[in-house]
Order: sequence, then structure tokens, then C-alpha cells
Amino acid sequence: MTDNDRFALRASVEEFLFREAVLLDDWRLEEWVDLFTDDARYVVPSTDLPEGDPTRDLVFINDDIVRLRARAARLNSRHSHRENPRSRTRRFVSNVRVEETDDGQLSVSANVLVYRFRSGEGAPYVGTIDYILRRDGGDLRIAYRRAVLDLEDLSRHGAVSIIF
Amino acid sequence: MDIQDLIIDDRDRGIFRVHRSCMTSFDLFRRERELIFNRCWIYLGHESEVENPGDYRRRTVAGRPLFFIRSKDGRVRVFLNSCPHRGAMVCRRNAGNAKTLQCFYHAWTFSTSGELIGVPGREAYGPHFKRSEHGLKEPPRVESYRGFYFVSFNPKVEDLVTYLAGARDYLDLVVDQAEEGMRVISGSNKYAISANWKLLAENSLDGYHLIPTHRTYVDYMSGLGTDDSGDTLASRPPGAGRALGNGHCVSENISRNGRPIARWHPVFGEEAKPRIARVRRRLVKKYGEERAYRMADTSRNLLIYPNLLIMDFVAISIRYIEPLAPDRMDVTAWHLVPREESGAALATRLDSYLTFLGPGGFATPDDVEVLESCQTGFRASGNAWSDISRGMLKADPGTADELQMRGFWRQWHANMQGLSQANAQDGQPGGGER
Repeated sequence: MTDNDRFALRASVEEFLFREAVLLDDWRLEEWVDLFTDDARYVVPSTDLPEGDPTRDLVFINDDIVRLRARAARLNSRHSHRENPRSRTRRFVSNVRVEETDDGQLSVSANVLVYRFRSGEGAPYVGTIDYILRRDGGDLRIAYRRAVLDLEDLSRHGAVSIIF
Repeated sequence: MDIQDLIIDDRDRGIFRVHRSCMTSFDLFRRERELIFNRCWIYLGHESEVENPGDYRRRTVAGRPLFFIRSKDGRVRVFLNSCPHRGAMVCRRNAGNAKTLQCFYHAWTFSTSGELIGVPGREAYGPHFKRSEHGLKEPPRVESYRGFYFVSFNPKVEDLVTYLAGARDYLDLVVDQAEEGMRVISGSNKYAISANWKLLAENSLDGYHLIPTHRTYVDYMSGLGTDDSGDTLASRPPGAGRALGNGHCVSENISRNGRPIARWHPVFGEEAKPRIARVRRRLVKKYGEERAYRMADTSRNLLIYPNLLIMDFVAISIRYIEPLAPDRMDVTAWHLVPREESGAALATRLDSYLTFLGPGGFATPDDVEVLESCQTGFRASGNAWSDISRGMLKADPGTADELQMRGFWRQWHANMQGLSQANAQDGQPGGGER
């Protein structure tokens, strides 16, 4: 792969991640879930065990596509009280690293900062998100999304009530 | 306001009200520290968190930094996390394994059983300096019941089993589900709530709020194949709310959803059926039909007074509440699982836990929100009363009634007046014992 190929690949992945960030900040959660493959998984490990394995350890979130759709539906419901009224969020995605795996998928890591504002409080969720992206025609789909928080605990947030 | 007037408990007329200053007053918060948290048994941790010699865990218990460690002789020991020399914290990581413990200030070194074994420049101290007088200090009392370790800062506290009173049987119902004992798995959910700690104790036992507050959870479960579409308060099994003595309380119900131990639910998948049936047979054989039924088909939210909850429903969560201020608490939750479970069985249980529980689950964030909402509301209504009288004149109050919360509050009120024991049942006369 030439340098130009590599830059082009990273640019296309960044474009995809920026689009994802817009969907989440604009609360277009059903469109966001549509970015995932049917066999996808979304994991958020506990803050005290960033390397946590959801088949063995206690994590915050371990969604398959069914629960991910339910999570989006819940967040769109007026009965999702922690997010009703909705918080304002703004996402910053940077330090994007892309590697092509042997089976043609993309292994991607990005540093992510999400500010959340609500009820007179504002606090950041900070961490790294690891993705496995799969090519689907000319587009990319998320097969795996693991969002690892750098926070020591959720003392300033009380919950992971938005999508990190 | 006099302490004795903070709760109106009219057992003849079925009126029970708690003055909201109980959740907002700094004076009462300090009094709680003194009369409750410095006198009761307080949960520290589970033996499985320190499996091997040298394993340690750091905890803050009722405001005090402590740690517990399995010493070389295999015993679990608990120490104040403060060097006997000048006070620095000896244990500076939340978890790990150590052969010895060294304070980083002057490098005094301690064995895993707390003896002072190394003092740099020992010869500069006089003849009256005795190493044996400078070991790590332990809390006045440490005891365990079936793997759950508690500490007390009250040297005269009754023994732990006596203290647990009627809660002991409920702990047994949880622990006996496992064939090879229980263990806490790695990873904990740590979060904070800007609300008074007693609101979470109440909320964790409150069956009345389930359907209105957690509608999205009920909808999600019905979407997965359980017919919960007609789920209303009237259609629910009433269950039982009980006061178990010494402030311990339980809300016990027939489970509508699955129980990973031995009650199948569509969400677990067809492939889980044979295993669940097998475990059920084992429980019946060992404990008989009735007790096996209680373990498998009923769920229980158990409060060990004052600040520990064992939530045994979609899975088993240990929830510890650490009060920080009148309007602030830290919460830590751990997941307790049977040791013999691994692979698919463990995955099912882990999955079941996360549907409801935890700060990323489908229900806990709503509870965080509602408690903060109450606490903020108290700024407008701090001089008003909260009503906790539901079911007070019933002979058999259910989980949507509030005896299990009144039992907690009655003990709290007795302790705050310097009494050791409340008359917790609705049918008893009020007052308490010295």
C-alpha cells in the first residue's frame, strides 16, 4: 500500500466516523443503528476493568443488534427519564488509526471526547473507541464497537445514558 | 426539629410520613455517621475478591479508607489504610497482589498479616521502640457470614449472625443456589448519585415504582416474547414486603422474568432449557420442592441495614451505598455468580444482569434520574413530608406496599434516638428498645 492509499483509506474511515458522530449528536439513533451489521456487538467495559471481556466479566454494556435496536428505541422514548428532556452532546473524534486485517476488514481506533450537558451539569466522557469495520459495497458497516472509557468511575455522570 | 418528630408513624390510622429534612440536613448526616455507621456492621467485600495469598482490595467504608488482603496463612485480614508511622496510605492501588506492603513515605514494611517487618535505620530508635506496637491497625471488629465480610467500628457490637437477624435466611437463599459456592466476578460498576443515600435504600425495595418508572424495560422484555403487554400493578403477583429485624428488609416476589439459576425464559434461548432443568432437579433434590421453588421462582431485593443491597432477580447484584454528603452518594455494584457456572451458563447470566442493572442498563439510569429529581425537589419542599404509608393497614403487605421501607425507616429513627432496636412491624406498637 502506498502512502497515498493509506491517506485515502484513513480519510474515508474518518469521513465515516464523523458521519456517525453527527447521527449521535443529532439523536438520529435509528439511522445510527443501521450502520451496524446484523451480527454486530457494542461493548462498554466497566471503568475499573478496561480490558474486560463481556463473556466473563461485569461490563456496562454488551449489546447484540437486538438490544442495540431496543436501546435506540428506549432513548427515543419519553420514558427514558435520564434523557428526557434530552441532553445536548458534542462529539470530537481524533487520532484515527486504521489497519487492514487479513480478512479484508478494517481495524480502527479513535480517541473520542463527548461533552454532555443537562440539568445545569456538564461532564465529558473520554476514551478510545475500537471498531471492526466491514466493507459493504461502497460503504462501511460496523461489525464491532468497543468504547473504552478513561474515566476512573461514573461519579460525574451517574450513568452511561447516552451512546458513548 | 426534635429527632423524635422526624417521622410520623401512626399505626392505628395507617399514616407514615418522613420529614424531608432527613434527606437534606447536615446535622442529621453527621448524627447518622455517629449513631448508625459507627455502630452497625457495614459491608466490606466478598472473600472471592481475594482468592490467593497476597490478593488485596482497597475500599472506602463509611468514610474510612480500608483494605482487605488474604495473608500467607490463608486468612482474610482487614486493615485501616493508614501507616501506623505517619499516616500515609499503605495500599495505593484498588486491587492487586503483594508479598509485603511497603509505605512509600519512609519505607516501613509490613507482612500480609500486618506485622511491621522492616524499618530503615532501625538502630536509630531507642530501646523502647517495639516493632510489635507498630503493626497495621485493624477495625475494632471484622466478621464474615458465608463469604460476605463486614466490619464494625463499634467494639461492643453484637456478633454478625445475631445482627443479621431475619436477613440471614434470605442470604442463605441466595448463597445456597450455587453448588460450589458463590464468587464475585471481575469488573464493578461504580457511579454516584446526587441524592441522599436513604433514597436508594428505599428505591431498591420499592415495587410500586417499577411499572411507571421502568416502562421502557417492561416494553423491552415484552418485545422479547414474554407477554408483559397487560402488565399493570393490578395484574402483578402481590409478593411480600417484610421487615426482618434490625432494619433489614426484603421485597420478595414471584419472578415474571427469567432467573438464570433455574427458571427458564425465552430470552435465555431454547438451548438453555436442559441445563436449567438439570439445576432445578439438583436444587429440589438437595433442598426440597418448597425451598427450591423459592430459590428458582422467586426473586428478592434484600436490604442489609444500613447500606447494603443484595438484588437477586435477573441476576445477583451486590450494591453498596457509600454516603458522601446529605445530597450525595457513591454506589458500587458487583456481580455474584455461582462458581460452577462458565461458558454458556455464565454468558446467559451476564446478559440477563445487563438488561436491567447497571448504569448502562435499561432501568438503573432511570432510578438515578428519579432520585436526583427528588433531591432537587426537596429544595422547594424540604419542609414537607414524604408519604410511605402504602399498605400499612393490610395484614399481608405486598412488594408494591411499603412495609419493607417502613421497617428501614423505623430502625433508622430508633438508631437516631440512640435506641438499638425498633418495633418494625406495622401491627406492633411504636417505639423501640435501648
